Amino acid sequence: MRFMTARKRAEGKGAAHSGTEHHWYMTVSSVGLALIVPTFLYIFGSTLGGTRDEVIATLSHPAVAILFGLVFFVGLEHFRKGAQTMIEDYSKGLTRRLLIIGVTVLSYGLTATSLFALAKIAI
Amino acid sequence: MVQLTLPKNSRMVTGKTWPKPEGATNLRKFSIYRWTPDDGKNPRVDTYFVDMDTCGPMVLDALIKIKTEIDPTLSFRRSCREGICGSCSMNIGGINTLACIYGMDEVKGDVKIYPLPHMPVVRDLITDLTHFYAQHASIQPWLETETNEPAKEWKQSIEDREKLDGLYECVMCACCSTACPSYWWNGDKYLGPAALLHAYRWIVDSRDENTGERLDDLEDPFKLYRCHTIMNCTKTCPKGLNPAKAIANIKKLMVERAI
Repeated sequence: MRFMTARKRAEGKGAAHSGTEHHWYMTVSSVGLALIVPTFLYIFGSTLGGTRDEVIATLSHPAVAILFGLVFFVGLEHFRKGAQTMIEDYSKGLTRRLLIIGVTVLSYGLTATSLFALAKIAI
Repeated sequence: MVQLTLPKNSRMVTGKTWPKPEGATNLRKFSIYRWTPDDGKNPRVDTYFVDMDTCGPMVLDALIKIKTEIDPTLSFRRSCREGICGSCSMNIGGINTLACIYGMDEVKGDVKIYPLPHMPVVRDLITDLTHFYAQHASIQPWLETETNEPAKEWKQSIEDREKLDGLYECVMCACCSTACPSYWWNGDKYLGPAALLHAYRWIVDSRDENTGERLDDLEDPFKLYRCHTIMNCTKTCPKGLNPAKAIANIKKLMVERAI
């Protein structure tokens, strides 16, 4: 039991003076992904069912490789920040912190792995 | 973690069905949430029948009739009965609204009345709005100036005054905030649509000289950025205001000053 005024409870620890950068990144990356993901899906779809050499030839093209790299990097960064928001919505305290760490590790790991795989195919 | 089920002592049980008024032919069924802290029992839903031939057209009219003629223990807030005081906010037929300006013809079938969702209940349809009001107070809802007070008045152009339209009309009924899922899950830190609408009302006021500090105080992942543009606030506002737009405008100002 803590005897705290309603105003103190509402003020909490004050404002963190952050969040705008996160909001702006999500806005910009949403627009960016809306532009590049359809192209990514079209190229990815057209490679399905092709031979290994055909797939490598497609992915080796610099424009395609850069596009795929952008989708992996921007997409997973967008996922990381979006998942962080979801976690903050639905969990609290230590669970919240652990889940955010987990999502950060997962998305950075996936970014590194996908970029490495792409580089290995494209170069 | 977020709780998806009600605690055992909050689960609703079937309550009392009150007798139908004698001789009435035009009856309407009302299912109303009842809970009192006095008996330690679970909340229940009581059923009442109201003679519509002798009742006013608004839901509040029916509630007053029930309290006067059937069950005097039924508790609810009310005052102005014309949508100005914001006292009689409650959930009617699944919609947060003011009982005094919500017509019974707007409800299909039986009229189901519950307190505002996700708020601590004081008794029956009365919720505890202490935190909600404290959050409103925290945004400093008054004119802040540094310049010496003018001899007569702080002047404002007609165009600048018009910017306050759609903001100053808020009666703090809490319908919007209690309809917001983000406020349900993080109401302790997230200010909610009502307080943010009021915050924007003072940010956009041409006479206020505290804009920077006001934006500083709101720049927080929880206080402001828990709004995910769900728009329940705008959909439910009984005064037809648009808190979601006010919040979007605050976010726009935050980006403008950062980039």
